Order: sequence, then structure tokens, then C-alpha cells
Amino acid sequence: MYTLGIETSCDETAVAIYHSKLGLCHHLVYSQVEMHSEYGGVVPELASRDHIRKLIPLINQCLDEANLDKHDINGIAYTAGPGLMGSLLVGATTARSLAWSLEIPAIAIHHMEAHLLAPLLEKDPPSFPFLALLISGGHTLLVAVKSLGHYILLGESLDDAAGEAFDKTAKMLGLPYPGGPRLAKLAEQGQPVYSFPRPMTDRPGLDFSFSGLKTFTMNTLLGTSQTGQDKANIAYAFQKAVAGTLSIKCKRALQQTQLKKLVVAGGVSANSTIRDELSAMAKKENAAIYFPRLEFCTDNAAMVAYAGCQRLLAGQHDDLCIQARPRWPINELTGVANELSGFLPG
Amino acid sequence: MKLLAVETATEACSAALFINGEIREHFELAPRTHTQRILPMIEALMTEADLRPQQLDAVAFGCGPGSFTGVRIATGVIHGIAFGADLPVVPISTLAALAQDAFDSTNESVIFSAIDARLSEIFWAVYQRDANGFAELVGKENVIPADLADACHQKGIGVGSAWRVYSEVLLAKLTQSVISFDADRLPRAAAVASLGVQGMLAGRAVSVEVAMPVYLRDKVAKKESER
Repeated sequence: MYTLGIETSCDETAVAIYHSKLGLCHHLVYSQVEMHSEYGGVVPELASRDHIRKLIPLINQCLDEANLDKHDINGIAYTAGPGLMGSLLVGATTARSLAWSLEIPAIAIHHMEAHLLAPLLEKDPPSFPFLALLISGGHTLLVAVKSLGHYILLGESLDDAAGEAFDKTAKMLGLPYPGGPRLAKLAEQGQPVYSFPRPMTDRPGLDFSFSGLKTFTMNTLLGTSQTGQDKANIAYAFQKAVAGTLSIKCKRALQQTQLKKLVVAGGVSANSTIRDELSAMAKKENAAIYFPRLEFCTDNAAMVAYAGCQRLLAGQHDDLCIQARPRWPINELTGVANELSGFLPG
Repeated sequence: MKLLAVETATEACSAALFINGEIREHFELAPRTHTQRILPMIEALMTEADLRPQQLDAVAFGCGPGSFTGVRIATGVIHGIAFGADLPVVPISTLAALAQDAFDSTNESVIFSAIDARLSEIFWAVYQRDANGFAELVGKENVIPADLADACHQKGIGVGSAWRVYSEVLLAKLTQSVISFDADRLPRAAAVASLGVQGMLAGRAVSVEVAMPVYLRDKVAKKESER
């Protein structure tokens, strides 16, 4: 069964084709990051306008390069949320209408579910159940993944997402948008001069908060003469603090759930300091750690096609309502099998 | 000819089917629920006509100006349908559809088509009735403050939501030109369908990749260098 996946939840237009037996056939991502960089951040209206220009040509190109005809497609999966309303609508209207036109089923997919399942696109995928840490510009989530559709939200950021904290801190340090990766680069020149707090690790619970860290960074910066080396030292301390916080929470979650597998996904998981800290922690905890390849960590449609294919195979599909839900709690998802019992985190 | 048309650029949501000279339409006031209503409306029209998507000859859509989100809903729906069924697309101005609806139900020969564009501006156009009864643009479509509306030396009636919000300004500016106005008239898919058929016959159909929304307001954010 060929499933076409469509993802337009933020500033990436992405299309993929996944086959239930052959695996991923092809996937393409068109990033708008260059366009938004002139504005210092994503401009939602411009993102929507760009999606509608790019989506059909990208679907066409994806089919072409996969040597497939649109009539080979058996179902269409699209990201329905969470994300930017205008951006989501472009993918949702086009995808749902294309499915109607081709007279095939369509399914609305939760963006974070797709991220959670992305590691299953790899050759040696983790088996269920596993713990997943999702860290991106829009989200910071710690989720117990029991099986397809069965997710228990263990913790999330109460304010800024991890990637957002990186970008905002980078801006303070005078780095251009998107600053996260540039901050990591700057931190390479940093010395361990400062010690930053690990927010919310001094109390029980698995939620995150990064806005206080941002303020701490600002105050530290104001107390220096703001030389290049000062900034590098601050970038170093900030990154260490984020990595340390994530590591402490993941360790706690592994212990509470007794899970022995940790999947780390989302764009921020490309950060090597964070990778190193989490890998070291997992080793100590005797847990296996999985990092999906970067192209499946950041926004992509391969994960959407995969999640959609699994749900379509399980017999699910939508009516003619075009679904776009900017806010959509992951707890509201329904499973596809009757096995809700027997797993509760401690 | 069999042509499917949609119009979702305002609080109205409608779909229409032109089949060999006859137009059937489903029309609803559906503020914020266009996404839930539009495909069921299309499906109902197609089922009533016993048609499948690939049996259509073309599609048309109200391409704006209007609500940016609304215009993109029509565009996305038409993109999906046209791409799936290999159909040519006829983009139709929402202001022209609004004028066409007025031409079809009055004897007027000039329409001042105007939709509230928010941010103290209006989408504005002057349309005249051509020899075959179709809306024909006089001058160009604009997004402007109401007090800059230009009647292009025509005399006619005003239609559209801008005539509710800015009636005083418009009437003061265009005293010599406006006979009356009807602010409640909305653009609808039946008018998009008849203009769409005319466009098809005139060779104005395009491929799906180039059938794009018309926003008129193109500056929507300031670059960092402009702040």
C-alpha cells in the first residue's frame, strides 16, 4: 500500500511516499528558512503563501522521482496539527481534496505522533515500548510510547521549547536567525567559566522550563564586557545547562517507567553536546539510545506517511471534513489496537 | 461542458456545478467552518449529478481578493481536485464573482465591487456588463483606503461588505456615481462557475501549478532591515 504523506505545519513544505512492504520510497523537504531569516523569525502569512506555491510542484516531483503515478497512491496522510493554522490549512485542504479527487482514503495525522514514530523508519528500529524525548523549535516533550496511538505524556515545557530557548539566547548573543545551530558553533570556543542553573531539576516531576534560563543568560551577559570570548563562554554554559536538564529529566523518566529504550528526536537532537550528555546518561542507566537520522528528526513528510500508513492499514480513515488543529493535545489520540491496559508509568 | 466551482473568500462558503448550460449551487453562510463544509457540499453536488471527479472538464475558483485564509482554502481544494483528476483551472476574481452575481439579478450595467480588507482598507474594483452579460473589469483591482475609491467615470451600484463598513466615506467620495448599494451581497460559486465557463471558452484556463491566490496586499511583514 502506497501512502502519500504531506507536511506543512510550520516553515517546511514536505512530501513523501511510504509503502507498507517496501518502506520509504522517496521524500522531499523544501525549507523556507532563508525567506524567514530576513524577518528574524517565521512570518505565518508568508509561510502559508509559500506552502501553497510549493506543495503541488513538490508532490509532482516526489512522484516523478519515485517513478510512480498518482494513481498508484492508495491513501493520503497529512499533518493536521499542532502547528501554524494557516500553514496547516494548505496541506490539509490540498491533501484531503486530492484524496477525494483520486477516490482514495485520507487520514489526519498528529505532528508529534509522526515525530514519535520517526525512529521506526530506520533499519534497526526500537521495538515498543520506548521512552521518547522530542526537542524542537516548537516542542519539548517526554512521552512513553506504548504502541501505535498509545502515548502517555510524561512531561513538557511549561514555557519556551528547547529550540526556542536556543534561538532566543542566540539572538541575545547577537547571532542571526535561526540562531540555535550558530550558538552551538560559538559554544565550541567557550570555556567552562560559568555555571548556569538546571531549571526545575530540584523538584520532582518531568516538566521543563527554559524561560528562566534565558533570563539568567541575559543577566550574566550584562555583567560582562560582552567580548567574543564572553559570549562564547556564555553559549557554552547555556548549552551545558540545557543538555544537563534534558539528561536529568530523561534519567528520571527512565527510572520511573522502567523503560530501557530512549529515542531522541526533533531538530535540537542534532546538537552534539546534547547527544553526548544523553548517551552518557543512557549508558549509566543501561538503556539503549536511538537517534533517528537528522532528516527524520527535523520536520519531514516521511514520518507522516509512515504514521498514516499504519493507521490506514489498521482500517482508520477520515470523513470529508478537512482537519486543521493548531493546538491538539497528544493525549487525545486514539490507539489502533485494543491494548490500553498494563502500562502505567510509576 | 462540466465545470466545478468553489468560492470561500468571505464568510460565505459555496460550490457550484455547471453541466451543459445549467448551474446547480450549494451555498451556506459558514464563518470559520469552510473546511468542514466545502468537500461535503462538492460531494453532494457530484452525487446529485451522478458524476465522478475525472468526468469533469475543468474547475474554477474564487481566487480572491478576500480573506487570505479563505482564498487559500478555495485554492488548496481546487489544487487537490485539479491535480488528482488532471483538470485545467480557471482562476476567477472574487470581486468579479461579486459583480457577476449582481449583474445576474439586476438590470444594472455598472457595479462597484468592494470587500472589507481590514487594516482600514478595502478591495475595490469597477465592473461593467459586457455584450454577453458577463462582468468586465474597468481599470484595475486595488487594495486602498475607502477614500481613494475611484468610480472610473461610471455610474452604478455598490455591492459587498466594504459598503457596510465604509458606506459614509464611499458615498461622500462617489456622490455623482453611486445609485444605491447592497452591502449584504456575497460572492458565490454560481457566479464563479458562469465566469469560469466563459474563461474556459476564452482560453483563460491554466495548469494547476500556476493557479494561485490573488491577495492584492503583498506587504504583510517588515524585514529586520526595514524596522
